Amino acid sequence: MTETLAVPVPMSARRGRMWRRFRRRPMPMAGLVLVVAFLLLALIGPLVTGDPAQQDYLATLAPPSGAHPMGTDDLGRDAFARIAHGAQVSLQAGVLSMLLAMVVGIPIGLVAGFYRRWLDPIVMRLVDVTLAFPFLVFAVGLAAIIGPSLKGVVIALGFSQLPAIIRITRGEVLAIREMDYVAAAVADGAGDGHIIFRYVLPNCASPLIVQATVAIPTAIIGESTLSFLGLGVQPPTPSWGVMLTTAQQYLGDAPWLAIWPGLMIALATLGFNLLGDGLRDVLDPRSGR
Amino acid sequence: MLWFILRRCGSAVIVLFLGSILIFLGIRALPGDPAVVMAGQEASPAVVEAIRHEFGLDKPLPAQYLDYVTQTLTGNFGRSTQDQLPVIDIIAQRLPVTLELSALAMLIAIVIGVGAGIVAAIRRGRFADYVATGFGLAGLSVPHFWLGLLGILLFAVTWRVLPASGYVPFTEDPGQNLQRMILPALVLGAGFAAILMRQTRSAMLGALSADYVRTARSKGLSEVKVVGAHALRNSLTTVITVLGLQLGALISGAVVTEQIFVIPGFGKLTVDAVLTRNYPVIQAVVLVTVVGYVVVNLLVDIAYALLNPRIRLSGARHD
Amino acid sequence: MSLLEISDLTVDFDTEDGLVQAVRDISLTLDEGEILALCGESGCGKSVTAMSVPRLLPPGTTRLSGSVKLDGRELTTLPEPAMRQVRGKDVSVVFQEPMTSLNPSFTVGYQIAEVLRRHERLSRQAAGRRAVELLELVGIPAPQRRMKEYPHQLSGGMRQRVMIAIAVACSPRVLIADEPTTALDVTIQAGVLDVFRDLRDRLGTAIILITHDLGVVADIADRAVVMYAGRAVEQAPVTELFARPRHPYTLGLMNALPSAAVNGRLAEIPGMVPSPLSDPDECAFQARCPRAQADCRLSRPPLERHAPEHLAACFHPGGKS
Repeated sequence: MTETLAVPVPMSARRGRMWRRFRRRPMPMAGLVLVVAFLLLALIGPLVTGDPAQQDYLATLAPPSGAHPMGTDDLGRDAFARIAHGAQVSLQAGVLSMLLAMVVGIPIGLVAGFYRRWLDPIVMRLVDVTLAFPFLVFAVGLAAIIGPSLKGVVIALGFSQLPAIIRITRGEVLAIREMDYVAAAVADGAGDGHIIFRYVLPNCASPLIVQATVAIPTAIIGESTLSFLGLGVQPPTPSWGVMLTTAQQYLGDAPWLAIWPGLMIALATLGFNLLGDGLRDVLDPRSGR
Repeated sequence: MLWFILRRCGSAVIVLFLGSILIFLGIRALPGDPAVVMAGQEASPAVVEAIRHEFGLDKPLPAQYLDYVTQTLTGNFGRSTQDQLPVIDIIAQRLPVTLELSALAMLIAIVIGVGAGIVAAIRRGRFADYVATGFGLAGLSVPHFWLGLLGILLFAVTWRVLPASGYVPFTEDPGQNLQRMILPALVLGAGFAAILMRQTRSAMLGALSADYVRTARSKGLSEVKVVGAHALRNSLTTVITVLGLQLGALISGAVVTEQIFVIPGFGKLTVDAVLTRNYPVIQAVVLVTVVGYVVVNLLVDIAYALLNPRIRLSGARHD
Repeated sequence: MSLLEISDLTVDFDTEDGLVQAVRDISLTLDEGEILALCGESGCGKSVTAMSVPRLLPPGTTRLSGSVKLDGRELTTLPEPAMRQVRGKDVSVVFQEPMTSLNPSFTVGYQIAEVLRRHERLSRQAAGRRAVELLELVGIPAPQRRMKEYPHQLSGGMRQRVMIAIAVACSPRVLIADEPTTALDVTIQAGVLDVFRDLRDRLGTAIILITHDLGVVADIADRAVVMYAGRAVEQAPVTELFARPRHPYTLGLMNALPSAAVNGRLAEIPGMVPSPLSDPDECAFQARCPRAQADCRLSRPPLERHAPEHLAACFHPGGKS
């Protein structure tokens, strides 16, 4: 929405209009509800539920009951507590990887956009190389080198988000450079830094927010996939993926263990996807969906 | 057109080159003696020395890289630290399994995904559209491995119609092979189908409301021709692009699927190798994956150019 | 009996905001070799009227009543497969946007041959030869080479000619041209209009020309129907219409032409077109009409004969201002 800078519509009025348009659609609102629920679970859940590492050998593989609303796993740990803590892990993975990608990617994108002649081709080649490594392969490689850990997962996830962030930022720079009001500002003596902060970054905000709503569910699924394979979060830290590994072993005896973690992943992902669709429609209608 | 292909091939080669450097350096970035790393922790000193010699690990880095390239091109990936078997043989054995799984999954995904997308676009706003879109959203959000577990829970444990795991080579017993592949392929293909469905629907909706469809109708063409030829043709480019982009997801999905259903494929090889620090295998696996990925993307680009006259023709004009 | 007879045609659209009455009680005729212009501003219903003939209106939301007869044959009640026989063969359309009306993925030759093979069952080679002839007919140079080209390789004017070639491929009885020159440069316009004239002279094609450009009407049309808010407000042969416009709306349109500008200012018609959602029993134009009087608000003026072959719907028609 680059015209928002040229047309003097007050920010508050614009935001109000966007919120109203957003509120009218049922699906994105449902998404918002799911996302808020997920955030609550991740942030507050661990504070109210029990200790996820506490083992109770008397109550292993117990079906859902009053004491353990989601049952217990093979070591007698409360599944609900583990779900709540797992939510926190998923959220960490999502947010940290996004931040990593942005901290690295935005500067690269800016530079590529501004200094087109020399740096742009190099940067785009590097982006191609990055794209040549599917996420899982990179994560696997990384895990091989530094050992499986949440840190590795975050780095791998951040790496896989990098091309998109770079593309978005670079695209905005290229688009803004052609605008008349930028030429006017430059004629007035504005330096590159001024242009970046006043014009480019605010315009990046919308597509980057939309990208975040795509990146976070990808990160959630990515983290749980890696943890499921044993390449991510290591026990005793609970993660939804790790819970499913356990669940697989005891599929016949305790099927409920398989349902909850996966359902949580699905709902969180669904929430972000719906939210993202809605945001995209409202913030960036020209994305042509 | 030829020019375009050559340019893309050149691009691909550069990417492979850079990628191979990354892999090459990655292994050597590990702590400890690279020879021990490649030979495995339990190998005897004699074996370690033999490895050091064979891979020239005492030479300066650039020379090592040259060796690496020649060895790769001749198929010498070293030996697995687990059982000292040549890595290339292991890969040759496992790769076809994964290819079969992926091919089946893609087939399922295309038939279901593209088909549902077309139907949803034609019957926009009606019941079929909502059903398809709902499945599309669900398919996007549900994690693979969960679907796999649920599938096993349902088909193998509760209903007992399909086996839960295992693999039988196609050449040995086609029937058994397919029976064991159906569930994994469905699970792997489901997410892919959801994405394809959404993209196809979106592209078809765009095409169906385009002016040229109105022109086609005004010619008195049958609805089948209008939708199947005019609208679909212009949607294919989108579909193929998505196919290419999603390949990475297919690969990672295959890894997970093989883990769940205990299928001795390439993906499972990867995971096992990482967990046992089997570096020769890891190095080879990553390289093969990257090569495969680059090649497929190249093919997708070429297919895209074939379908889109603008690119095809401008590529031929040396601009 | 005329070639095309439209009687009491009314078209409504079912929309989210209510029932939109796009066309109300239109009647007109078209004879062989005649060029009839439907003119008026955007939204007056001229396109909808014309598109009712080949029934190219949105399915599901369109409610059509009245009669459309081609050669005495009623088209509104034809089942869809029969209608598809009519489209492209008896009635064909040249659309407004040559940029987007051709499929970018197929060659020009393919798109022309397509309609030939559909209706005349020609073989691929025969259709190809005929397509080359058609390209020549519409004045495209080097037709053999153009056959293999794609739409994006042609200029706007040429694309429009290709559209015309497609439309006349099967020698239709009626050709509907929807704002054929609006998207083109003025210099190209003349060429396209020449093509239409040529078709009328050589093939005897009857043409319905939809346009808001009175210059085009004066240039090429034999008769004109002026529409406002879904109704016909004036109908006359073109020379008569320009010499003695009766309806104040027509007068307003002619005054708005650049050639009629006074002191360098264009005269506009003040006010806005009434909403298509309602249909009160009064003259639709009266709110903006300089000649309006009390009776204009009490009932709708019928379309009546004010002079030989000249119909107008007004209680107080004027001479030239």
